[in-house]
Amino acid sequence: MPDYSWPDAEHRTLLGKRISRVDSTVKVSGRAKYTYDYRGTNMLFGKIVRSPYARAKIVSIDTGAVEKMPGVKAVEIIQKPGAIVQWTGTEVAAVAAVDESTAEDAVRLIRVQYQRLPHMVSDAEPPAGAAEAAGPMSEDDVWDAVDNQMPDQLFIQYLGEHGISFHADEDLLKGFKGDGASDEVLDAIRKARYHDVKGAPSAYQKAASQTRGDPGKAFAEADAVSEGLYGAFVITHCCLESHGSTAEWPNSDHLFVHISTQNLSGIADQMAEPLGVPAANIRVHQDHIGGGFGSKFAADRWDVTAAKLSRKAGGRPVRMMLERDAELEVAGARPSAYARVKVAAKKDGAITAWQSQSWGTGGPGGGGAPPIPYVFNIPNQHKEHTAIRNNIGPARAWRAPNHPQAAVITMGALDDLAAKLNLDPMNLWLKNLDITGPRQETYREELGIAAELMGWKDKWRPRGQNISDSIARGLGLSLHTWGGRGHESNCDVTLHPDGSVDIKLASQDLGTGTRTAILAVAAETLGIPIEAIHLYIGDTLYPPSGGSGGSSTIGGVSASTRRAAVDAREALFAKVAPALNAQPAGLECLSGTVRVKSDPGRSLSWKQACARLGAVPLTVRGKNPDTSRPPDLTNSGVGGVQMADVEVDIETGVVRVKKMVAVQDCGLIIDLKTAESQCFGALTMGISYALFEEKVMDQITGRMLNPNMQFYRLAGLNDIPELVVHMMTGKGYDERGVIGLGEPPVISPGAAISNAVANAIGVRVPFLPLTPDKVLAALQQKAGA
Amino acid sequence: MPEDDPTKPIEESAGLSRRDFLKISSISAAAVPILGTKVVQAAGAPVKVYGPGKVPVELTVNGNQYNLQLEPRVTLLDALRDQLNVTGAKRVCDRAECGSCTVLMDGKAVYACAVLAIEAQDKAITTIEGLMQGDKLHPLQQAFVDNDASQCGFCTPGFVVATQAFLAKYPNPSPEDIRRGLSGNLCRCGTYHGIQQAVAQMAQKGS
Repeated sequence: MPDYSWPDAEHRTLLGKRISRVDSTVKVSGRAKYTYDYRGTNMLFGKIVRSPYARAKIVSIDTGAVEKMPGVKAVEIIQKPGAIVQWTGTEVAAVAAVDESTAEDAVRLIRVQYQRLPHMVSDAEPPAGAAEAAGPMSEDDVWDAVDNQMPDQLFIQYLGEHGISFHADEDLLKGFKGDGASDEVLDAIRKARYHDVKGAPSAYQKAASQTRGDPGKAFAEADAVSEGLYGAFVITHCCLESHGSTAEWPNSDHLFVHISTQNLSGIADQMAEPLGVPAANIRVHQDHIGGGFGSKFAADRWDVTAAKLSRKAGGRPVRMMLERDAELEVAGARPSAYARVKVAAKKDGAITAWQSQSWGTGGPGGGGAPPIPYVFNIPNQHKEHTAIRNNIGPARAWRAPNHPQAAVITMGALDDLAAKLNLDPMNLWLKNLDITGPRQETYREELGIAAELMGWKDKWRPRGQNISDSIARGLGLSLHTWGGRGHESNCDVTLHPDGSVDIKLASQDLGTGTRTAILAVAAETLGIPIEAIHLYIGDTLYPPSGGSGGSSTIGGVSASTRRAAVDAREALFAKVAPALNAQPAGLECLSGTVRVKSDPGRSLSWKQACARLGAVPLTVRGKNPDTSRPPDLTNSGVGGVQMADVEVDIETGVVRVKKMVAVQDCGLIIDLKTAESQCFGALTMGISYALFEEKVMDQITGRMLNPNMQFYRLAGLNDIPELVVHMMTGKGYDERGVIGLGEPPVISPGAAISNAVANAIGVRVPFLPLTPDKVLAALQQKAGA
Repeated sequence: MPEDDPTKPIEESAGLSRRDFLKISSISAAAVPILGTKVVQAAGAPVKVYGPGKVPVELTVNGNQYNLQLEPRVTLLDALRDQLNVTGAKRVCDRAECGSCTVLMDGKAVYACAVLAIEAQDKAITTIEGLMQGDKLHPLQQAFVDNDASQCGFCTPGFVVATQAFLAKYPNPSPEDIRRGLSGNLCRCGTYHGIQQAVAQMAQKGS
């Protein structure tokens, strides 16, 4: 069997080096075509009527006037009268018109009558006793769970444990299916026990409390106990390219969709059922995507609507890209998480006990508990969590789902504990690395490097003791962890008799450097330059590859590409061995030649070698995972340490980050340059959510108050300080295989910055973002205490 | 108050969007709707009145001249993207907040989403596509490539164009100048570090 394993350091010509992003040139020249840039022939423009209310029943929809309007080619009702909308901006109806202005005028002619219903958009701490144990799912709950893409396993488990409070007939089930429910979920609904429930379910749902060890005893025997409040508000994804697609029907049986997606190979299946066409008849295409960050896995309601409008308009392309306000209101949010934490330690800093009451919201679905205590596996714990179901709009995965919130809560609590013990937090962290699990030696090494790069030992002062002229300065740190592994991926490598090579897989490059990684792996394996290979991704004409989530893309595509390229190389060796008078096993590909290992003088150029393939190109398929072609080329589980140095103006409450250090491992690095860029980007995004970002909801109207980029503030160039990134490479890391990097480095910035601010001003600012009002309130509370 | 009575149905249409307001306010001098272009006196100065309906618009983009028929409310950005298929400038915030649509108008950086196409007549418009030197990258574009200053790349064209205008005015900026001078453009992936390095590289070269 061929050796598929990654070449060792001595035999790598490309892997781990600094490789320039292969699609940089088209991006800096404006030639990269994004979904939003696609313009179909005779294209129509879609616009959506959205609910102005956070919760309301639709009484009637009158499309009479718009049907007659010149230039309007199709009208579609998305929510039928009787439907209850659960958040502001819910799609109600849509039009397609010959140009955008006409479409804008047209949606204004659609008259919708609503009956307003009470809403809730708050995620404040649940009042004492308000939380109810989880109960059966109402019909609304099921719709919400389907709309929010609740994972099947969780969904089915919940239905099994708690049952339903409505009668599910086959028509209703068909509706759920049309909205994306899987057959397994439908079966679970059919089998679910019926419970008669009176009245509306509580907005506050209590998760089962969890206890391990003996927290009561551990707290009683502790030398120091620290109590505090920590958390992070709801933020949005704010992809620069908004969500959306352009749909067209080349004929009545076939749909062609250009969509902005992280999940190219998964879109057709999601659209098939609601449109009543086989997934095989749906072609999906995307060249470039302007950001996803976890929010672009679904074929959304607006995408299905675009396809329906196009069908009604005789197949003409319909562009349906979200406006900026809709993008921020409905196309994704990161759930909030807050916690009251009590944590205890022995005099020497050994952490012994954790107790937390946490809460948060992920919109109508409620949302899960953050994984706290994070990284540190504290021996004695008691945890309670309440999920708040409200009308702020649906949550979606946001880079490293739940981890940044867990880091803010845990690392904040431990930092406060260190202050209580008069310990440098570095020492508390080091003292407790034995309870961080399998990556403790990685953390130890990374902490040492980060401390060096930050100048921690020289700069660190006890809390509130580095203030002069109203400027307080402080340092903070945080650790994180993430899984990875590689998603399912299929990759075709074709060698042509003229020496040209092409690679095809239906993956996507989110700006993470996926194209570059695929090409680097293939070029390394075949011994030819990156420029000699044509790569085709972003179309369902190519073999399917997984969605880009959970930092699993690079593991998946690098492994499938490696296996395909190795098999292609072996097949080529078999064809050229006689000409070189050698055994296939005695050949190697290097520097554009195929040559005899023991006698490199006996060689053929790549082109000459490929000419021996005969008249027909050679195509081989590589897969991941593939246990028949060992070893596993990917791995799971990384560490990572970050440190922040901040200045706080104690008169204005303004926080400025002065320097950040990220030390990160991710197994075998394929391209050091784009790997570092991931970390620089994550630090920047982290500064942004730590200091500025919040989805601000108005309690009275139920609307988002800042659905624009002026008041939903992203960090700009002027907010970004000196950033230092150090990637762990070499022994102990390289041999682990490839591990993704999308999530890990974005987890710690908020926690590290929050801790640095506490160190600077001598008091904890409980919640992110650390805006001046919150900083001043904390200072005032400290002064009054 | 019917609106406060949640039990009573009330009627609601989609209303006026901010975008419409921007466009309407830009042509508010047109008190009387008339066809074609007319000149009226507004605050003592002659003002051209366009529309309603489509009017002829002449644009000069990257040295090419285009004659279009556009409603006066169409922005320069939408004219470039939807009429001319010049899509380097991106539509992101659509209200002059993020800089992704930055183009040069007579050499000056402007947000194309905040300029009406009719206002851009008689001006030389340069987009990211116009910075290329044939098939070769402009040195500034090359500096962006060298320093990996793009990830998803959606903000990149706007940043490159804004940087071009910035360096024309401040050829030798300090790091502080760069941070302030380019703070009118936003990136979500977090490529500022690379952009800062790219611009510093150009400044050293003396662009």
